[in-house]
Amino acid sequence: MELLSDAFVYLCAAVIAVPIANRLGLGSVLGYLIAGVVIGPVLGIVGSETTEVQHFAEFGVVMMLFLVGLELQPAVLWKMRKQLIGLGGLQVVGTTAVFAGIALAFGLAWQAALALGMILALSSTAIVLQTLNEKGWLKTQGGQSSFSVLLTQDIAVIPMLAILPLLAVGHVAGGGAAHSDGHGHGGHEGGGAHGGEALAALPGWAQALVIIAVIIAIIVAGRHLLRPVFRFIAEAHLREIFTATALLLVIGIALLMDFVGLSPALGTFLAGVVLSDSDYRHELESDIEPFKGLLLGLFFLTVGAGIDFNLLFGAPLTIFGLALGLMAVKFALLFALGTLFRLDGPDRWLFALGLAQAGEFAFVLFGFASSSGALEQGLLQTITLVVAISMLLTPALFILYEKVIAPRAAAKSDREPDVVDSKGRVVIVGMGRFGQIVGRLLLTSGYDVVILDHDPQTVENLSKVGIRTFYGDATRPDLLHGAGVGDADLFIAAIDDRDKQTLVVEHVAKTYPNVKILARARDRHHVYELENVGAHVAEREVFEGALALGKQALVELGSHPFRAQTKAKEFRNHDFAMLDDLRENYNDGGVDKSYIDAMRAHAETLFDIMKVDRGEERHERTERGWNPPPKSDATLGLTPEGEETRG
Amino acid sequence: MFETANAVQGVTAVDLYARYPDFNIDVDAEQAQLTEHDVVIFQHPLYWYSAPSIMKEWQDLVLEYGFAYGQHGHALDDKVFLNAVTTGAKSAAYSEEGMNHADLRSLLAPFEKTADLCRMRYLAPFVLFGAGRAVEEGRLDVHRNAYDDLLKALVAERLDLDKAARADVLTEDLYDFILKGEPV
Repeated sequence: MELLSDAFVYLCAAVIAVPIANRLGLGSVLGYLIAGVVIGPVLGIVGSETTEVQHFAEFGVVMMLFLVGLELQPAVLWKMRKQLIGLGGLQVVGTTAVFAGIALAFGLAWQAALALGMILALSSTAIVLQTLNEKGWLKTQGGQSSFSVLLTQDIAVIPMLAILPLLAVGHVAGGGAAHSDGHGHGGHEGGGAHGGEALAALPGWAQALVIIAVIIAIIVAGRHLLRPVFRFIAEAHLREIFTATALLLVIGIALLMDFVGLSPALGTFLAGVVLSDSDYRHELESDIEPFKGLLLGLFFLTVGAGIDFNLLFGAPLTIFGLALGLMAVKFALLFALGTLFRLDGPDRWLFALGLAQAGEFAFVLFGFASSSGALEQGLLQTITLVVAISMLLTPALFILYEKVIAPRAAAKSDREPDVVDSKGRVVIVGMGRFGQIVGRLLLTSGYDVVILDHDPQTVENLSKVGIRTFYGDATRPDLLHGAGVGDADLFIAAIDDRDKQTLVVEHVAKTYPNVKILARARDRHHVYELENVGAHVAEREVFEGALALGKQALVELGSHPFRAQTKAKEFRNHDFAMLDDLRENYNDGGVDKSYIDAMRAHAETLFDIMKVDRGEERHERTERGWNPPPKSDATLGLTPEGEETRG
Repeated sequence: MFETANAVQGVTAVDLYARYPDFNIDVDAEQAQLTEHDVVIFQHPLYWYSAPSIMKEWQDLVLEYGFAYGQHGHALDDKVFLNAVTTGAKSAAYSEEGMNHADLRSLLAPFEKTADLCRMRYLAPFVLFGAGRAVEEGRLDVHRNAYDDLLKALVAERLDLDKAARADVLTEDLYDFILKGEPV
């Protein structure tokens, strides 16, 4: 029961605080943090157990990195190498050096100073990535640079974990024992405690060998084993089992990483990268996404709840001064780096302001540093608080950027806005008989097309002929979101099932008002239905095909091919005119008597059009082709002698 | 040139291939549009000494008996008709002695006769010769500016129509054809 009541308290705080914070423009992260402060230090509903919950919630960071990996194809990662090593590397090394220098000046031993420097060099992946994503800044230059630095920091955690025990002053904790406590920033209790030990017995080279073997195993399995497994599971058409599989995958990899003493976050990130080429990427994304969101939220809650108000009120000036000082130093270094790497005005500000806090990894590394004796207890408590405050202040910096710097830069710059993907992005759902034709036309015309289909067999077959298709049920809002409908220019709904089709169009029209929707319609009534729920264009699926066959039939029956073509064209024109004419009638009461009457009238006109037998005066307005003038017009020189030529 | 035309106030620029990609020309709409305007310009490259096919289709369907010509077809009476063309060959090719053994206006006779039959005033064609090399030779901008002047003069009714009807061709040098007077 305690679990349920705890869950109730946390969820309650989140549900109340986050929407309010969002409404006020503060962003969800600050909402969670405030909720945490309220239920923790202010109301005292939750207390000491928050540290435990926090360890659990850190798994959200692991999931987040898995998702980040899913978004990053290896080719993209390779393209980023310069940013990762240059920008990211300089940030980590430079910031470490500066903080270590400051700590030395304050009289700390060099080992402790170095430990502190490394820990404070890290920024908060959780807050920053979440915010960049939420605000849609991740694709900007500043966002991309921030992301590169965060990624480098995540990777840098591994060598840091290796170095920290070596920096222990005084009592020397056994390397293995130290490992068991820290084991990576995403660490959680339980399994990991045995992690380092499992390999500690082996000599160094063997450890390294095991680690390399595990990484290779993940890559090979990800490439060759997961697709058949996912396919097998997808064919069961049980959504929750697919979700379970996705969770199993992430947790499994985290455990495996733990076991060999590597960071679970890094491991799942790697797994994500491997799977980023897979057909199941979008489905995996939308399955993991809610878990990640909740766990990260919980993590922020616990950060808020964990603030030690006694210590804070004991020396508020010192604590806040340190926090602001910390952020000022990081900001200055980042700003300089931004200048060095030629980031433009607002991008440089976003980059420098966004990454100015210390990160959640610091909490984990502090735990690690304290157990290994690299840093002493009293200092740790103060610094922990400073880190928490700096994280708490981060949303304010983003608000500063959003409300002050970005508008000012926008007003000042007369530069053309960046052309984002001028080729146009298209999402197609439904890759059956209809969607395939549309999709192939667009793909062969060189457009960037994301295709979703709910049938594993179709997905597999299309992949075989080289058309990248993702598995997933398009009626799921989260999956549509994952497929990038929000960034698309065009959404093409080509689902066979009539009701599902309407449902999907309605959802997309409501959720993404800027996306143009083209939809396949079953028949005329479905056209109206789709238009009413927000489709911009609806095309009847069999109309053109049937017309083409009808035209062939006329030819077979002896019509001149061009005559048959003209007839079909007339028929088509009339039918489209009827589609327009009947729209209002249909929307006003559906298929009622007046609708049927109107249809009957149209059928009669059509009959007249098609049967026109052309005699002397061929000027019925109903058929438009080249018509010779009548012989009786004396003004045109048509009389045998041609006595009059023109008037 | 289409953009130039589109930017002039009082000019309706129509891309026929965009409006009717399947050649399914809406005759009623086209006729209504003709009625609303005083000048009709066929702006096109010279394909086989004529206009691209959709413009022929447009003539076949839109210039109907009883609308554009015939005893009761007076919808286009006294409107102005002009070909604004670009040619591949240089101006020397369009002469008795040149490659084509005829000047441009003679070659465009079917358009002139069509305009006559519709009781419209046919002006000498406005032409950019040797269009393929116009950009390299810096002639395109000159021509576009002249086109702009021509269209503005037509809109402001300051083009000397009689003189333009008598000329062989209209080129960039329009000075003699634009009437002086109070700026509009």
